[in-house]
Amino acid sequence: MEAATGPSVWGLRGGERRLGDRLFSGAAIASGIAILTVLAGVAIFLLIQAVPALSASTDELAEGKGLVEYIAPLAFGTVLAATLAVIIAVPLAVAVALFISHIAPRALAQPLGYIVDLLAAIPSIVYGLWGIFVLGPAAVGVMKWLEDNLGFLPFFQGPASVTGRTMFVVGIVLAVMILPIISAVAREVFSQAPRRQQEGALALGATRWEMIKMTVLPFGRSAVISGSMLGLGRALGETMAVVIILSGSGGITFNLIGSGNPPTIASNIASKFPESSGIEVNELILSGLVLFAITLLVNMGARSIISRSERHAAEGKKRA
Amino acid sequence: MNSRKFFAIGASTALLAFGVAACGSDDSDSTSGGSDLSGDIAGAGSSAQDAAQQAWIAGFQTDNSGVNIAYDPVGSGGGREAFIAGGKTDYAGTDSPFADEELTGAEDRCKKSGGEFVQIPVYISPIAVVYNLPEVENLQLSPDTLAGIFAQDITKWNDEKIAADNPDADLPDTDITPVNRSDDSGTTANFTDYLSATAPDVWTYPPDDAWPVKGGEAAEGTSGVVEAVGAGEGTIGYADESQAGDLGIASIKIGDEYVAPSAEGSTAAADEAKENKDGEYVYSFDIDRTTTNPDAYPLILISSAAACTAYDDSATADIVKGYLTYVISADGQQAAADNAGSAPISSDLQKQLQPAIDAIGS
Repeated sequence: MEAATGPSVWGLRGGERRLGDRLFSGAAIASGIAILTVLAGVAIFLLIQAVPALSASTDELAEGKGLVEYIAPLAFGTVLAATLAVIIAVPLAVAVALFISHIAPRALAQPLGYIVDLLAAIPSIVYGLWGIFVLGPAAVGVMKWLEDNLGFLPFFQGPASVTGRTMFVVGIVLAVMILPIISAVAREVFSQAPRRQQEGALALGATRWEMIKMTVLPFGRSAVISGSMLGLGRALGETMAVVIILSGSGGITFNLIGSGNPPTIASNIASKFPESSGIEVNELILSGLVLFAITLLVNMGARSIISRSERHAAEGKKRA
Repeated sequence: MNSRKFFAIGASTALLAFGVAACGSDDSDSTSGGSDLSGDIAGAGSSAQDAAQQAWIAGFQTDNSGVNIAYDPVGSGGGREAFIAGGKTDYAGTDSPFADEELTGAEDRCKKSGGEFVQIPVYISPIAVVYNLPEVENLQLSPDTLAGIFAQDITKWNDEKIAADNPDADLPDTDITPVNRSDDSGTTANFTDYLSATAPDVWTYPPDDAWPVKGGEAAEGTSGVVEAVGAGEGTIGYADESQAGDLGIASIKIGDEYVAPSAEGSTAAADEAKENKDGEYVYSFDIDRTTTNPDAYPLILISSAAACTAYDDSATADIVKGYLTYVISADGQQAAADNAGSAPISSDLQKQLQPAIDAIGS
């Protein structure tokens, strides 16, 4: 890096690099290296600590189960809860962002933006308590209705929980938690959508919805995707709220409203770690490594989707 | 915005560094022992003991103002591991006794300072079967019925087996939602031990810290179980009796009578328990779950304290000795009963355990 760009750039001045430049460049490089070191350090720690669990016999492992049998429901629960949250949160977040950037009067838009951002500042344990004391009990009737009327779908096959500590409620709470992240990213980009295109669309007789559909949404698409991935990342790793709310006593199931839900990796580590010792700790760390891998895959997937959509946009522009 | 963010990061880093430095300075001030105890000791382990430990620490420090004791309720497993590793954990609290490799590890740890391992029961807590069924005030359950409910074989409250235990009650046609702990816990271990001992035909799972039956309602911690039982109608769970609050508490069948949990019954059951010794000062107890004595309530948790007879520093040994003596004394046990709702250990048991504590530092 230094070798490729350094001489030509600094060469322009034909002399010494100034102190400020050197300090800045050093600090920037150090920060970049620090990030990579931390990431590598975490990955190496997980790998080393997980190895003993890989070579352990089934009897030594928690609950006398094999590794795959133990971790698969956890990974499934993690992905299910996070997917549910994203499905609920993304349309809501896009609508909130559009409302703030294009529809609400300015006097309303700014305070509303602050309030949505404020949602991100609430600690997750508070969301957990809210979920268990307010949302869970309130959802009991809704879940009973879903079981009675939509019970033919695997998601609502019941029997509905009487306490509201279900995947359904966890999904809603996680959706509220990730809403501000997605809507903040989307709002920033929506408000930068090219004015002239918007005015042009309106001049051609488009309604406000058509204008948004034709100009703002395509412009903000990659922002919505990357915002969603940030949200998905948070939902995948969310721990305390899930620990408090979810009754994670089941295996792999799509039933969202029952008592026996698959636990998530993070919540399982949090609730099992204090009383674990020896090889069981290694097994928990191995499940953490799986979560690390899932998050990495999600982020890489998001990057490739974004870069592809940017390429499409660029090609589209060229053709036009 | 950016400069503010940098400031925030800088400030938190400074705070962190300060905090670490403050922690680091703690180990420098070990004062030599004398007739008046002074110095610091630290314990870690069972979260069930936490409320009792806080009461003991407060009581002990009032009488010995030079002493500073810290107890970290990391959980029994974590406490055992920290004790074996040595370092700053001078004593441990554990719901299940040290066993096998852990026992060897603890003996090795104590041997390094030229001492022996000490494990004594300090905390007895009755476990209550709690339920939420407004129509039924005094629920009575035989062990087979209780096991059937938690094994999810009995699924309706008006099941004939429950009706047989409660001839006078008007049982509703409600689904039963059994609630269990989602985290590993000594309470679960003792409850499953009770079920497998008293209802071996119905409850076929071995006793374990982790709840063995899938698909029930799982809740985090004692407070989580109590909350879940309170939230839904037709729920039933198990929790430390002191935490049961307004929930209904079932009486379980012992011999020919239905008995509700009580401090006296728990103390009696602990006295009846079979004593095991894994070393000169290493006590563990097998509770007689199948007792037919209706004055004893065998669904209890006995939690222990672990220590060494010698420490690198004789001041530490003196404090540990003084502290544990206070813990099992009538005053200490009463303080725990008042603050944590535990059942006091009997004076007979106390006399039996005192020699193990007297061995510390001698």
